[in-house]
Amino acid sequence: MNAIKEALKNVSDLWSLMVGLKVTGRYFREPQRTVRYPWKALSNTDTYKGHLELVGGMKDPFKPRCISCGMCALACPSNCLTVVKRKAPKPTPEEEKALAEAKERGEKPKDKTPKDPEKFIYDFSLCSLCGTCMENCPAGALQFSGNIYMAGYSRNDFLFDLVVKMRESEAASPAEPAAAPAATSEA
Amino acid sequence: MPAEFIRILIGLVAVAVSVGLIGLVMVWVERKVAGHIQRRPGPYEVGPNGVLQPLADALKLVGKQLFMPDGADPILYWLAPVLSFIPVLLLFLPLPVGDGLMALDINLGLLLILAFAGLTVLSLLLGGWASNNKYGLLGAARAVAQSVAYEIPLLLSVLAVSFVAGSLNLAEVVKGQGTWPWNWNIMTQPLAFLIYIVSALGETNRAPFDLPEAESELTAGFHTEYSGMGFGLFFLAEYANMVVVCSVATALFLGGWQGPVLPGPVWFVLKVSLLMLLMVFFRWTYPRVRFDQLLTINWKWLMPLAVLNLLATSFFVKLAQFTEVRW
Repeated sequence: MNAIKEALKNVSDLWSLMVGLKVTGRYFREPQRTVRYPWKALSNTDTYKGHLELVGGMKDPFKPRCISCGMCALACPSNCLTVVKRKAPKPTPEEEKALAEAKERGEKPKDKTPKDPEKFIYDFSLCSLCGTCMENCPAGALQFSGNIYMAGYSRNDFLFDLVVKMRESEAASPAEPAAAPAATSEA
Repeated sequence: MPAEFIRILIGLVAVAVSVGLIGLVMVWVERKVAGHIQRRPGPYEVGPNGVLQPLADALKLVGKQLFMPDGADPILYWLAPVLSFIPVLLLFLPLPVGDGLMALDINLGLLLILAFAGLTVLSLLLGGWASNNKYGLLGAARAVAQSVAYEIPLLLSVLAVSFVAGSLNLAEVVKGQGTWPWNWNIMTQPLAFLIYIVSALGETNRAPFDLPEAESELTAGFHTEYSGMGFGLFFLAEYANMVVVCSVATALFLGGWQGPVLPGPVWFVLKVSLLMLLMVFFRWTYPRVRFDQLLTINWKWLMPLAVLNLLATSFFVKLAQFTEVRW
């Protein structure tokens, strides 16, 4: 008796096949959920975490806010950052004189060295996008870019100087500083 | 006799052309349907709505280098794809596309189709065996166990219909059916139709019974090692086999070329395409069965049902003969 019941259940379970066909039939008629990429791009890319980039200063959006302290490079678990500090400019003869006078008076000479880095080497192929550098930056000078179109032909294409990149973006952007997007966001 | 010869020659050429065309169209249909079921567009770059995509794929396949793995049996390895494709051309010959529109009008058309369809298994076995590849061999072993098993209910369900029609000639079977759907054999033999469709899926290695090529388990099964047109021929043969089983189903159960208003061949092509579309839908709807389930369906369900159906049919046929009732 049980065997017959089981067999009948098998037969009645065949209905699930019809249900499956109904589901795929409905999906077949419904509009597509994908975006035809090269012609249409997605709009919800704001939350995308791309490679690192330098944040511009308050006054000049294309002058890095970075103070070349090297905390980011120290904190980076992947060792993908190298910060090269600027050398102090050679003092002119008048400045040298003033310096010597100040030293005689026992004053501390004012450091004229610009704080922004000369080079900010960033190896994207090593970066794990953990954000530790941003957390450890005392100046808030680093952020993730929203660049989703990162591509290259060789590994060296992912080894770049962020300072150079910033200069390039300055050259590429229109003249008005208000139009620069990197200036005010995420200090 | 020469007239008959010329007829067969013309038929063969027509079949070879249509097999190629059907292959191209089916590739496109399959990918489009798969895309739409999965809510994506499918191919749409090459040509309007991607209709030229299969042509580009075919060109790519033809242009590819033919590889043979180390330790493979060279003769059997290259014989297998050819052997899978050649008998398919033969299978098309006795198919009645319209009234009198068939390449080979013989009494044993159905038998010829069933006999030569069995050769496909041999080619799968040879291909898998000669590849010197574990996946190929596993696929081949599965193909043999599956095809041999599914041939039996297929045969029994076909036999039930030919008992009623009293002929193995497909054209005769079609002529025995009427114009309207309720005059077709599917009304008197619904069980045989179901058994036939399920066994045909198993016989052509279509999902959900595509275990010989199960891509998630065996990479590509018996044709894992084949590249270029070696794979292309297997692929083409699979689609051609689909057309054959759908055509036979149309002729046996769905009234063949018979239908109201439209001319015969149009009805035939229409019915076959509908069945093909159904097979494509099956593939993208149902998950692949396990191998023990595959054999359980066959030996525990299809086979006994087919035998019972055949017994009942023959009983009623004899009864009708005794009582002189035509039904």
